[in-house]
Amino acid sequence: MHTPANIQTSWPDAIYAQFRRVGIRQVGYVPDAGHSRLIALCRDDPSIADVVLTTEEEGVGLVAGAALGGQRAALLMQSSGVGNCVNMFSLLRNCGFGCVLAVTMRGEFGEFNPWQVPMGMITEELLRLCGFLTYRIDSADAVDETVGAGCDMAFNGDLQVAFLLSQRLIGPKVWTR
Amino acid sequence: MDAMMLDRRDFTRRLLIDRGDLLVVPGLGSATYDVAAAGDHPLNFYLWGAMGGTAMIGLGLALARPDRRVAVLTGDGDMLMGLGSLATIGVKQPNNLVIVVLDNAHYGETGMQPSATKNGIDLVAMALACRFKHARSVSRIEEAADVRALLHGGDGPILINARIREEDVPRVLPLRDGHAIKQRFIEALNPV
Repeated sequence: MHTPANIQTSWPDAIYAQFRRVGIRQVGYVPDAGHSRLIALCRDDPSIADVVLTTEEEGVGLVAGAALGGQRAALLMQSSGVGNCVNMFSLLRNCGFGCVLAVTMRGEFGEFNPWQVPMGMITEELLRLCGFLTYRIDSADAVDETVGAGCDMAFNGDLQVAFLLSQRLIGPKVWTR
Repeated sequence: MDAMMLDRRDFTRRLLIDRGDLLVVPGLGSATYDVAAAGDHPLNFYLWGAMGGTAMIGLGLALARPDRRVAVLTGDGDMLMGLGSLATIGVKQPNNLVIVVLDNAHYGETGMQPSATKNGIDLVAMALACRFKHARSVSRIEEAADVRALLHGGDGPILINARIREEDVPRVLPLRDGHAIKQRFIEALNPV
């Protein structure tokens, strides 16, 4: 069983339902334990092309290509992956490609691994510098409404929107020796 | 040696003759200029940046439009920066995607510094290792017609490594406004 026991099943399902509502057809991801249920939901959906990326910036190109072809796309990554995307994000800004990014946060509340902290500390600020609207989500209750509103802004306005799913929401990664 | 290598402009022009409804994604720098020199077209998504991302734009487009053929034309430097995308593409196996690497074994935009392919790094072997259905090098202009046929009907994913001469050719500059390039492409592909 790869899903940590403390992951609530409600919030990934809420994100998936919003992806369905706005017609997302491609989902690129680098796996993260916090995203495991959402990834599984997308992989099981024949209307969504799931694309496992070798590195997160590949997903930025995927989003652009999907949009050129008339499809909406979303990216799933953990906060460390945001740093890998910085230059590639300019593609979204330069051309006005709508994009939603669901980021599971590491390196904050209850993090066991100090190597995650430097990137986790700058993730939201970095996304803003790259032109993203950022919405931090700390409780499962807020997921549906926030993701729904953000998806509408992204795809109605060709904007770049990121959801930061906090470590408080996800639960700290379980570390066993 | 050079006599066996391709003139990049002549080769690109031959690939894009009678292109029909082919969708073309040229990588930043010389590939964008080569595709522009072959004739401006609304179904060219010219890149002026996003180095390393060209093949992935091709993948997103190929997945979105399985009814159309997608050609990525890019340089060896851009392809080398996005090597992981060969694996990503190999997993998805888009049969409508062909990548043509215009390989002069140098970084032409920045002073012709030698690239990894100059040192024997083999993009064709990498593509085959990534489960591309077909990959090969070409270096004779007579092969352009075969490559053109692959663009329009080959069973992808395909990677062609086109060995071009390391020469500086005049720049042909297409549209540079990203919004305009995108909008023109989308309107041409999805007419109202």
